[in-house]
Amino acid sequence: MTGTASSQDRYYAGIRMVRYDLVKELVIALVVSAILVLVAAAAFSSPDDPPVTIQSWAQSDPVDFVTTAVSELSGQSETAGYGQPYNNTPGAAQAIGPIQPAVWAGVSTPIDPAQDFVLKPLTLASTGNPTLTAALQAYNQAGATQQGNWLDAYTKALANATASGGQVKVASGDYGPVPTLMSNLLAVARTGGLDGLLLDSGHFYQTDFTRPLLFMGDGSYLSNLAAAQHLTGDQWGMMNETGSYPGQTWLWLYTFWYQIPPFSTAPNADLVVVILMIVLTGLLALVPFIPILRDIPRWVPVHRLIWRRYYRS
Amino acid sequence: MTDRNPAVDSEAGNWTLAIRRWLERQLPLDSLLPHRMPYYVGSWVYVFGVVAIAGLIWIVASGMVLAFFGPQWWHISGVGRFVNSIHFWAVQVFFIFMVLHLWGQYFMASWRDGRAPTWMIGVVIFAVSVVTAFTGYLSQQNFDAQWIAVNAKDATNAAGVGAFFNVLNFGQMYGLHVMIFPILVTTLVALHVIQVRIRGVVKPIDPPGSADGAGEGSK
Repeated sequence: MTGTASSQDRYYAGIRMVRYDLVKELVIALVVSAILVLVAAAAFSSPDDPPVTIQSWAQSDPVDFVTTAVSELSGQSETAGYGQPYNNTPGAAQAIGPIQPAVWAGVSTPIDPAQDFVLKPLTLASTGNPTLTAALQAYNQAGATQQGNWLDAYTKALANATASGGQVKVASGDYGPVPTLMSNLLAVARTGGLDGLLLDSGHFYQTDFTRPLLFMGDGSYLSNLAAAQHLTGDQWGMMNETGSYPGQTWLWLYTFWYQIPPFSTAPNADLVVVILMIVLTGLLALVPFIPILRDIPRWVPVHRLIWRRYYRS
Repeated sequence: MTDRNPAVDSEAGNWTLAIRRWLERQLPLDSLLPHRMPYYVGSWVYVFGVVAIAGLIWIVASGMVLAFFGPQWWHISGVGRFVNSIHFWAVQVFFIFMVLHLWGQYFMASWRDGRAPTWMIGVVIFAVSVVTAFTGYLSQQNFDAQWIAVNAKDATNAAGVGAFFNVLNFGQMYGLHVMIFPILVTTLVALHVIQVRIRGVVKPIDPPGSADGAGEGSK
């Protein structure tokens, strides 16, 4: 007999052994779980709300689209000031004292929102469009101060903008070439062209959606749709799913911290919660060696319920 | 020239033989597939882990069908949607029973008598499964995947992980979900089951006539 089998014989010495069929147990578990899964799949299907496209965003909420595009151009968007891994905005990375993992990791996915989300796509779309070409030329040749003045004025005007016929209308003002740039960007977006232009990477095949997702994330349209589905961070969003389906319920503890102070209001909440969860997971793994945590099962008589036949005998 | 037997010399340095003998010592078939168990293994708690494994088998099976036909298939095919639904609900079954199994083993203090590594690998399986499911949700190519990606980037980026684990990159998340993480989870589950079988199920807490405690120290 082998050493391990012998050690089990010694371990179970004096304990009555009974017949047990592990393979049959697994087969029964497979059948029962299959029935459960098949019935749930047939009765409830699975969630699949269609994705938002730049096109659907521009068609459904053109004012939000243009407002977001202007914020990208002026460097006022969330992505423009995000910090690592997209850019080196000073002080943007979340930190706990000297602990700044994002800064240590550096800029791995460089994003220049003004160029990547607005000017490069417009340049690509300007072929055969002399009005747009001239507007781009005027914008690029203007000084930074002039550009800033146009963008500031246009941003303020957008607060009272209206949309009709696929156009965004604002009060008259000195906006330079900005309205022309925006109306062309909106027109390209409404045809679906911007979806492709934002994915352009010089390769035929494309699977990286970083740029269009960041652009959409900077607007309000995506987050408004998410809020309506109870998916935002303050709505236990990470563990929810569209519709009435169970989502990632196993993330309840991770999501929980975002609902309560000080995490709910901390500017570095993401970093704090991630570190907290790493520590808690480590503690869970080390429970066998941690006094009190490892003793609770002896104090709480759940084991007497599980092994009730044993203790009765 | 020595009088040592050359056949014995070659066996002494044979790595294959050494590994085979080690496996024979550590993993005897009568421990891996026992047909007898202590009589106290008569509780539903012992079923939770097996059902979790059954759920994992259905996840892998349905996932292989989804992977074969490609990530867009289930959005445009009724059959594909049904297979995706099987995948979705199998994941729920897997997690529900894995958590029940975890709590059951906690209240049984199943790490006793030298079983701490088994518990620790179990926690690692849970953590890796969470990340695996997360990459699955990111690979759905629907609104939910978009929103999770836009939100989750802040946590991964803040932790510095976003530099090499870009949740906005569908190709990376899909590759991890259908290849790397399933291999990791199934390998860890296999290791976990082998650990359980090598040592057998733990005795009940404080058996009559013993001073056994719940801590790992009582080996």
